[in-house]
Amino acid sequence: MQMTHEHEQIAETTRKFVAEQINPHLKDWERDGMWPAHEVLRAMGKLGLLGIAKPESVGGLGLDYSYQVAFAEALGTCDSGGLPMAIGVQTDMATPALANFGSAELQQEYLAPAIAGEMVAAIGVSEPGAGSDVAGIKTTARRVGDEYVISGSKLWITNGTQADWVCLLANTGNDTSGHGNKSLIVVPLDAKGVDRHQKLDKLGQRASDTAMIFLDEVRVPARNLIGEEGKGFIYQMQQFQHERLFLSASIVAAMERVIKDTATYTGQRKAFGKPLLDNQVVHFRLSELYTELEALRALIYRATDDVVAGKDATLLCSMAKLKSARLARELTDACLQYWGGQGFMWESSVAQFYRDLRLHSIGGGADEVMLEIISKRLGFVGKRRTY
Amino acid sequence: MKALVSVKRVVDYNVRIQVKPDGSGVATDGVKMSMNPFDEIAMEEAVRLKEKGVVSEIVAVTVGSAKCVETLRTALAFGADRAIHVVEEGEVQPLVAAKALVAVCGKENPDLFLLGKQAIDDDANQTGQMVAALLDRPQATFASKVEIAGTKATVTREVDAGLQTIEIDLPAVITVDLRLNEPRYLKLPDIMKAKRKPVENTTLGDLGVQAAGGLKIVKTASPAARSKGVMVKTVDELIAGLKNKGLL
Ligand SMILES: Cc1cc2nc3c(=O)[nH]c(=O)nc-3n(C[C@H](O)[C@H](O)[C@H](O)COP(=O)(O)OP(=O)(O)OC[C@H]3O[C@@H](n4cnc5c(N)ncnc54)[C@H](O)[C@@H]3O)c2cc1C
Repeated sequence: MQMTHEHEQIAETTRKFVAEQINPHLKDWERDGMWPAHEVLRAMGKLGLLGIAKPESVGGLGLDYSYQVAFAEALGTCDSGGLPMAIGVQTDMATPALANFGSAELQQEYLAPAIAGEMVAAIGVSEPGAGSDVAGIKTTARRVGDEYVISGSKLWITNGTQADWVCLLANTGNDTSGHGNKSLIVVPLDAKGVDRHQKLDKLGQRASDTAMIFLDEVRVPARNLIGEEGKGFIYQMQQFQHERLFLSASIVAAMERVIKDTATYTGQRKAFGKPLLDNQVVHFRLSELYTELEALRALIYRATDDVVAGKDATLLCSMAKLKSARLARELTDACLQYWGGQGFMWESSVAQFYRDLRLHSIGGGADEVMLEIISKRLGFVGKRRTY
Repeated sequence: MKALVSVKRVVDYNVRIQVKPDGSGVATDGVKMSMNPFDEIAMEEAVRLKEKGVVSEIVAVTVGSAKCVETLRTALAFGADRAIHVVEEGEVQPLVAAKALVAVCGKENPDLFLLGKQAIDDDANQTGQMVAALLDRPQATFASKVEIAGTKATVTREVDAGLQTIEIDLPAVITVDLRLNEPRYLKLPDIMKAKRKPVENTTLGDLGVQAAGGLKIVKTASPAARSKGVMVKTVDELIAGLKNKGLL
């Protein structure tokens, strides 16, 4: 991936926005368990930040995905982990399928306002009974005349308490176990029968609101179907590639910051007559982690190149997602240790990211799900087994 | 009305400056470079004047290496209509820059020439004044407010004693200070549009300006490291401490 002047400028505008419009408020939002999504996204939409790789016909910039990766990396300069993830839901998790397969009409109604920052979007895949096992979802959408009638519940929905619409995965066929009976449908969250009052209490990512959403005989127009009926599972698997690459890129800067903060802290903190950083075990460890971080960055850029070239990037995106999540856990844990008691304090930056980045091994597909995909792609198991 | 704005590529203000080991200057290899922050303020002012309908065309100009074209692209993203790049790979001292800018003025005949009051790399604070002198036109330095009416500009200047307001005839040179405005965020569509705006290349030679300046840099050194501070608990302790150091 080649960082041009334009990539750098997009990153610069993003970093400036984060520094001036997000970071000064994060302490409050963390405490309140809520961020003003409409306000923040509207401001980002005005700057053109929400549709970098989306078509110009819906107000996007029509650029290739490498520019989006530059944006994701720059978003990682947030002082906590919740916002990059929540903003990523808007740009890379709830909207790619609509942009790729939605009708022009549906795009104008829901995608264009999401890119302009006038509407907040959510992605509704997981359910109380199905997370990793996406095919096992129970929510149903029955076709009745010109409408779908939707019933079920969705769990852990980011932006869920305030989103205007959700890109919802539901069963549209009778067979509820298969892959070919699922569809993605845009559901406006002010529709009758939607209840989303339950805000969830989380270990980390606290500035981002997460909801349980109940749908009881919710009626939406049939034209809210994204693409073709029955293709929802495939669309969602494709949509996951953007989600996973975005998530990986969005935490690199946070990890870099944790290493630097740790070097600063241990460089000043003295024990046994010298700065902690002077202990070889400490500076070797930090150097090793930094090396791993650069290797991760290279992997993310390689995956990006494949996405830009239009190749199937599933293997590299899954690897990037796995490695970024694993490294985030290893790195924040290792660094927190060197802060001693101060690292255990709620307010320290290392504790913040220790909590917030822990999500990445679970959300967007757990590490084990990534390993399953990677194993299949490498031909170790499954239908394409070659060994 | 045409506005000319000069912009300089400098080490980003966030970068911790490192002096080269041989003392020949400041390390810039692999270091983040940006538009001089005061020049951003000058650009912003020009764009605001254009939005108000006072200025009809903004031309950005820089004197420096091939890489400075990035700084011009930033100026174009701010809202400059076109740009002029005086390509010079070597060091550009204030008087050389001033002469080059005067030569560009000769071709462009701007009504208003906006510059940052100084560049944050060498903090010379000379170029604007030299340009005005060489052009033999009025200057208003350290502007914190600029109002244009007809062929006159009313400029509020930040001076040691407070604020001074002067009226000058256009064409004039105005150097801008920190509090004049807050530069906008560059919008992504504007960043991409900037790629397609025209940049004209020229050289000091083309402009008839000698590259050599009159200054010789003898040595560059880091400032002495600050010694560790002491926390005092009471005013008495503070006074005693100051007396001890012979400061009171
Ligand atoms: C803060 C937060 C925000 C979220 N936001 C959203 C959202 O906006 N939209 C949305 O749809 N979902 C969202 N999720 C849900 C998230 O995608 C799921 O939690 C995730 O997919 C894991 O599903 P699960 O929790 O049901 O875990 P389960 O499927 O119950 O799995 C539990 C654990 O079992 C292990 N495991 C699972 N499968 C295998 C396997 N095949 N082999 C070995 N081990 C395995 C893994 O370690 C996994 O973590 C969010 C979750 C959180 C915590």
